[in-house]
Amino acid sequence: MKEGFRQAMAWLHTWAGLLFGWLLFAIFLTGTLAYFKDETNHWMQPEIPARALNAEASLTLAQHYLQQHAPDASRWIIGLPDARDPGLKVRWQQSAAKPGERGQFTSKILDAQTGAELQLRESMGGEFFYRFHFQLQMPYPWGRWLSTIAAMVMFVALISGIITHKKIFKDFFTFRPRKGQRSWLDGHNALGVLVLPFHLMITYSSLVIFMSMVMPASILASYGTNVRAFYDEVFPASNVPEKANQAAALAPMAPLLGKAREQWSGGEAGWVSVNNPGDANASVVVSRSGSDRVVHDFGSAVTFNGVSGQILAASPQQPLAMAIAGGFYGLHMGHFAGPVLRWLYFIVGLAGTAMIGTGLVIWLGKRQLKHARSGVMPFELRLVEVLNIASMAGLVGAVAVFFWANRLLPVSLAGRADWEINAFFMAWGLSVVHAVLRPGRKAWIEQLALAAALFAALPVLNGLTTPYHLGVTLIQGDWALAGFDLTCLATGLFLTWAAWKMWRAGATARLKKTPRETARPITLEQGAN
Amino acid sequence: MKAKLAALPMSYRLAVTSRVLAAVFGGYLVAALASVTLTVWLPLNRAEAVVTGMTVSFLVYLVAVLWCFACRSAWSAWVGLLVPSVIMATVSGVARGLGYA
Repeated sequence: MKEGFRQAMAWLHTWAGLLFGWLLFAIFLTGTLAYFKDETNHWMQPEIPARALNAEASLTLAQHYLQQHAPDASRWIIGLPDARDPGLKVRWQQSAAKPGERGQFTSKILDAQTGAELQLRESMGGEFFYRFHFQLQMPYPWGRWLSTIAAMVMFVALISGIITHKKIFKDFFTFRPRKGQRSWLDGHNALGVLVLPFHLMITYSSLVIFMSMVMPASILASYGTNVRAFYDEVFPASNVPEKANQAAALAPMAPLLGKAREQWSGGEAGWVSVNNPGDANASVVVSRSGSDRVVHDFGSAVTFNGVSGQILAASPQQPLAMAIAGGFYGLHMGHFAGPVLRWLYFIVGLAGTAMIGTGLVIWLGKRQLKHARSGVMPFELRLVEVLNIASMAGLVGAVAVFFWANRLLPVSLAGRADWEINAFFMAWGLSVVHAVLRPGRKAWIEQLALAAALFAALPVLNGLTTPYHLGVTLIQGDWALAGFDLTCLATGLFLTWAAWKMWRAGATARLKKTPRETARPITLEQGAN
Repeated sequence: MKAKLAALPMSYRLAVTSRVLAAVFGGYLVAALASVTLTVWLPLNRAEAVVTGMTVSFLVYLVAVLWCFACRSAWSAWVGLLVPSVIMATVSGVARGLGYA
């Protein structure tokens, strides 16, 4: 019976992992890249100058800019610069033309020191990877639903995987390199176990993040049709006074930052939003930056009267239930992480991606062995092979193409940011076509080699097209830009190594046809024990 | 496993399909009902109870899915989900009747 249970779990692990593996690989890889979202933004829009931080001065500049350019807007949102994200971001929403409609949003990025509007190349930057990893470039809310479903499948695959491997720690110290299928399985186990706490945290937290979307039964049971009341109770800061329709000048906002800091015993503000600026009932919501603590608190904000500057409301201490959910949110996002911890997030994220990738390779490898002698692969195995190649090597290449497009597309091109994304998807689509047309191993080698070349050449391309090349950034100590170039270079070297390994393995397989390797399929169940 | 599957009888395939449906939809039902039951019975204020219920529901979903594939037959998968569902629906209905929710 016990054996039967483990076998059932192995079955579940195998098939849940296969069906969602390709999607999960893409979600994990782009999510991992999103840990360096701000640094990627900086590389993709290097025109934003890094300035000494001064929240009060920046806020005053933003207020002047918005009073000039958007005096009639219904809402202003100001994102204050921080060490990782040096731009001063202003957004405003036009008053809706008709009641019940949502007004148009406009966004600009200002120089944090001069308040001048920056002339930037249009680009989604790292935001693209961040958005893709939970919206999957699909219309709202389908992408979010699909990625949350994938997260639940990941959760099931993780736990059933743990049950399948009963000798988890013994397995961890067993790595048998250069043994083909065996090594892939050892690697899959080691990657899984080594960063198991991260896998569990990241998967469970992604469910918690979208829980009110995917699991709203308890909200409906307690609040009925008045769902709005739930959000008002959870996020008290969202409760702001209605418009009075009486003009009154907005007070200078800079002094409000100091008052907010007092409320948070020194915590820094991240966002300032102004509702109905220029109205007698204008309100200013100063929201705390998420980067100074682990537990994320959406409601952590102080609301001021925009005319008198009086405090209207400060969010109370977060209740325990919200602190737990906020803790998972904070751990998932990693806003609090400093450079060392951020790199650790990046590395374990890559390990998770590799665990999914090795799992897909194992599934196929173990079934391919049975057909090795005949040399003919059944359609479904060929399909998996094509999807493996395109979803892994193809995706990595598409990421490189996205960065290339950022440097090569003309600045004046209309819809430039969209064209960067189109380039990404075109490259990804071509990788599918290529994988269909070429034999499996050749397709792997060629796509890996191409991705390697694209990544390794990125620092050179950057040097040719911008004045922010390694020779400058290393000397200036701009570690975000230099780190990006160096990481691309390292990625290029790693992919070269991967392509070379793939080529070598193919060459040796052709030289010595070991009958032992082909005749004895290793089953996952054996490997699991 | 695919090659083996091709030789598997129709009844086996139907049973697997039934387990998958039980896991996806039955599991969701159990998880949703667990979140509602927790929400109405937890001695917390409304919003906190709702958040706790939602947070825990995914663990219930996980256990329900594992159950659907670990139990002996597809029938027991459904029974194992529907019995707790009926109990939880009754229990939260009682709370509502008593005026807790």
